[in-house]
Amino acid sequence: MFFSRTLPMILVFVMGVIGASLYFIPHPSAQALENTLSQWSIAIGSFAIFLAITSLIRRYITNIKRGKEVVYNLVALISLFGMALLGLINGTGPDSVFQKIFINVQVPLDATMFSLLGFYVTSAAYRAFRARNVEATLLLLTAILVILGISTIGDSQTWLRDLQEWIMNVPNLAQKRGITIGVGLGMIATSVKIILGIERNWMGG
Amino acid sequence: MVKLVLLLLLTGANSKLSVKARDVPDDGGGRTQIIVKLDNSLIGDIMRITRIEDNGVKKDIYVGEVKDTVIRLGDRELSDTMPVRYYVLVNTKTGKFVTQTVSNSVIPKASLFNKKKLFLLLLAIFYIAILLSYMSKAQKGQELYLRPIAGLAEVDNAIGRATEMGRPILYSTGLLGVTDVSTIAALNILAYITKKVAAYETRIIVPVYDPIVYTVAREVVKDAYTAAGRPDLFKSEDVFFLTQRQFAYAAGVSGIMVREKTATNFFMGYFFAESLILAETGAATGAIQIAGTDAISQLPFFVTACDYTLMGEELYAAGAYLAKDPRLTATIKGQDVMKAVLVGFLLLLTIAAFVPSLSAKVDAIKPYVVGK
Repeated sequence: MFFSRTLPMILVFVMGVIGASLYFIPHPSAQALENTLSQWSIAIGSFAIFLAITSLIRRYITNIKRGKEVVYNLVALISLFGMALLGLINGTGPDSVFQKIFINVQVPLDATMFSLLGFYVTSAAYRAFRARNVEATLLLLTAILVILGISTIGDSQTWLRDLQEWIMNVPNLAQKRGITIGVGLGMIATSVKIILGIERNWMGG
Repeated sequence: MVKLVLLLLLTGANSKLSVKARDVPDDGGGRTQIIVKLDNSLIGDIMRITRIEDNGVKKDIYVGEVKDTVIRLGDRELSDTMPVRYYVLVNTKTGKFVTQTVSNSVIPKASLFNKKKLFLLLLAIFYIAILLSYMSKAQKGQELYLRPIAGLAEVDNAIGRATEMGRPILYSTGLLGVTDVSTIAALNILAYITKKVAAYETRIIVPVYDPIVYTVAREVVKDAYTAAGRPDLFKSEDVFFLTQRQFAYAAGVSGIMVREKTATNFFMGYFFAESLILAETGAATGAIQIAGTDAISQLPFFVTACDYTLMGEELYAAGAYLAKDPRLTATIKGQDVMKAVLVGFLLLLTIAAFVPSLSAKVDAIKPYVVGK
């Protein structure tokens, strides 16, 4: 109980108070402490990566044993170990096989997923801009003005560009800042609850 | 050079040229500010400012034509223990001596407290006091009204839907690490949802982006199953680290949604461009989707593609709402009160900014309000 509950709560309280105090102290020793804490975080992260990879491998193996999506799981496992072995044997330098596979397989795959966004944005915009009621109609009109203002038409029609900039810099920015203030207050409230040990769900309840 | 400094000090005030050096306040040390005041007749001449450390080390920090009668300069990367002076020499463009002076000695000290952040500190203390006051009221049994949040009211229905359909629930904690408060808020909600899921004997799949978040999420889910009295239902392979590449994560989670035919998807935490890929794929599979994020740029995508969206602070309030612990829900009331205080404060500042006699004062207090 002490190691699973009390000690983590004491550590959270102490580190939470220190972390909050560092924001107000510009002294180099405070900044050095902040850097040290960040390094601790990185060190803990490197331990966690072992546990994380183990969980991934366990999941793939369990799926293969159950005959569930065998091909996908085999491809993932072979890729995982294959790339790790290539990196260990051949290195990860600019001309290595590891880098060639990374640049010619991983990067295009990432780009492919990213390019899907174009289609998804169009589909989402179609649904968002359907003029079903007054608010949706206003949204549609505003969107048309912003799209026209930001496109090449805005170069020749300066009033359109000015209007688009006003929409983005005044009403749009005002609502963003409103949400940001709410987020800030929510963050502080959550942090206070955790530091004081009132919120314990992050430890499992 | 020491002789020169002494000579200049003994020479007395220079009517054409003066220089003052001061430590930059509220900083991490090592910085000074130099203010040089020159006579109008010196405009167009060449000024050289030399830093002279107490140990005799000299360095020119400025050489240039005089264009104004007041010149402010900053000097940095100085030692916190070494006093410095600034020697200012003005020559004509042809190199003929005009005038010279030397500044007072200054030690660029590091501050222990940034006074510009005092207002923010007081505001934070005031806010924490409000939170604690409402927590105390709630603990004494006082009823507090909380505005309903549609997305949270639907969480139980969404879990119930998955149970009725006999399909799993997918829960994503976003793409940031455990040091981010939105991730912690997401883990808090995960604990509540897992307890519900355990009671209904429904499966929950938690693909995680960050290795540290994975270790925490695994413990949260495991402990929540135990707290619900069903540790036997916990499947370690359902809470797993997926990848740390953004679009590989989007592809992986999308694949899980399609293959596992999840009935309910929860996207809680901080998301980036992958938010729309996840939400649109989930919408295409016909799953009920509840998202919660404080990533303002991703909110429109979630609002469009998900059934319910917790916007900004609602994500932080969600854990308290769902837990139904009076002390936790009281903080939401405190948040609302503080928001009202801040709105009043901002309104006052806005009105003051439009009053000509007050606008200069608003500008003067601005660094203390923003803490910079």
